[in-house]
Amino acid sequence: MAAAEEASRPFAGLSDVSISDDIPVEGDISVPVGASRRDDELSTLDEPVKETILRDLRAVGNKFVHVLYPKRSSALLRDWDLWGPLLLCVTLALLLQGGAADSDDQGGPQFAEVFVIIWFGSIIITLNSKLLGGTISFFQSLCVLGYCIMPLTVAMAVCRIVLLSVSGTVSFAVRLAVVTASFGWSTFASTAFLADSQPPNRKALVVYPVFLFYFVIGWMVLTFSPSQ
Amino acid sequence: MSAGSGSRNTNTEPWGSFDDNLIQGSSAVIDMENMDDTSGSSFEDMGEMHQRMKEEEEVTAEAAATEDDAADDGEFLGMKGLKGQLGRQVADEVWQAGKRQASRAFNLYANIDILRPYFDVEPVQVRSRLMESMIPVRMITFPQKIAGELYGPLMLVFTLVAILLHGMKTSGTVIREGTLMGTAIGTCFGYWLGVSSFIYFLAYLVNAQITMLQMLSLLGYGLFGHCVVLLVTYNIHFHFLFYVLWLLIGGLSTLRMVAALLSRTVGQTPRLLLCGTLSLLHMTFLLYLHFNYHKIVEGLLDSLEGPNMVPMQRVARDVPELTLNATLRNQEVLQVH
Repeated sequence: MAAAEEASRPFAGLSDVSISDDIPVEGDISVPVGASRRDDELSTLDEPVKETILRDLRAVGNKFVHVLYPKRSSALLRDWDLWGPLLLCVTLALLLQGGAADSDDQGGPQFAEVFVIIWFGSIIITLNSKLLGGTISFFQSLCVLGYCIMPLTVAMAVCRIVLLSVSGTVSFAVRLAVVTASFGWSTFASTAFLADSQPPNRKALVVYPVFLFYFVIGWMVLTFSPSQ
Repeated sequence: MSAGSGSRNTNTEPWGSFDDNLIQGSSAVIDMENMDDTSGSSFEDMGEMHQRMKEEEEVTAEAAATEDDAADDGEFLGMKGLKGQLGRQVADEVWQAGKRQASRAFNLYANIDILRPYFDVEPVQVRSRLMESMIPVRMITFPQKIAGELYGPLMLVFTLVAILLHGMKTSGTVIREGTLMGTAIGTCFGYWLGVSSFIYFLAYLVNAQITMLQMLSLLGYGLFGHCVVLLVTYNIHFHFLFYVLWLLIGGLSTLRMVAALLSRTVGQTPRLLLCGTLSLLHMTFLLYLHFNYHKIVEGLLDSLEGPNMVPMQRVARDVPELTLNATLRNQEVLQVH
């Protein structure tokens, strides 16, 4: 009996809630968006492939804009995707690859190396933020970190153009300025998105690996020199 | 069975009455039911016993057996049932605990929960621990407090990886059959985990009061000195500066660890063994990290100054050439003769 009472205790609070008799406690649970959603799915089946791809690209582009103007919106967090990060990562790795096209010179970053640094770095940062008590989901964090590489990818493109046109100290100074600015931008943007999900007293601990991650990538971009 | 009853009759041990009470208190049928449950236990003779019990149960369940028989059976079943129950309970608990552990290990989020206590730090704590890793404490009569925490060490190891990568890149290190990244990560994590385990093993041998977690934390924070020294000396190439920093910062962080270990070890020889090994490994590692990726910079700088010289690279020694030389010399010797 005592055990039974013990078991029923969790619901003791509920027993106080009285439901008046004239309200029927039964019925169908209807989801209002169900009907329209079905229509949507039907329409995606029928629509041309071009539209589907364009819509996805628009979503990715929309998130790029969010990174460029890192205002505290949850769009990047709410519907995450990994297409953008993949695109950015591959672009960056391909741009950095040119330096090591010569098989004898292994000092330059290789495609696989860049790829591994970006993905494993993001995973480690995500795990770290989860360990520190962050409330963000795994893929949301990966998405944010991946999208925030964009300033560095842009910096890489600029660096290649600069390397084509001018050389010497001027080139290095320009590249240093560009890479520093984009590194700061990346760190700032990712912090703006990730900071809300962290306990307020531990933001510094979460930001440090992010800083290190973008610093390594930025440093790789800065030290890149195409093979002659 | 007869042995059991005999022992019962002649039993004068204090636990005899306990057995009797147990048997008296419980009926034979209930014990048999308990026996049924023990069929899965690890006792070797249990299957055979169980078989016999089943047969006897059919006879005794009709309550046709005499009082004496019932008492005999009851006692036997009581003894075995008790053991079986105990074995079953232990096995069940072990199984349950193992199952819980396994399901935890396989579940990523639960896994994170296991590790979470080790990452429970505040930025202020990390800062003060980083500072303290450079300040040796001279109190060795009382065990020093070592924080069991993994955030700081892990971040320091990753920082060391980044610094090492920088050193490798600027020195133009060529690594065959591997990437710079993999080598840097392997070196740093290998040192951290390997030396921690080794020192922990030594500490276990000499009975020092330290846990693996504390060892990881201690050595991890000890890497802060390495990070500082390497960051400075990879960018400013003065041998004198490196040796000063090596002795000063590396020495301080080593002293800190040695003091902590000293305070937790008893006896002269164990202390010497443990602290000697740790300081030797720690200081040599810094030397290795510096010169392995630094000397090449100077070689590269020299070669850049002379336009026609080929850049010096780290390659395997040309062993065939050496042997060729040796054979040539031998031939020369032969020709001379």
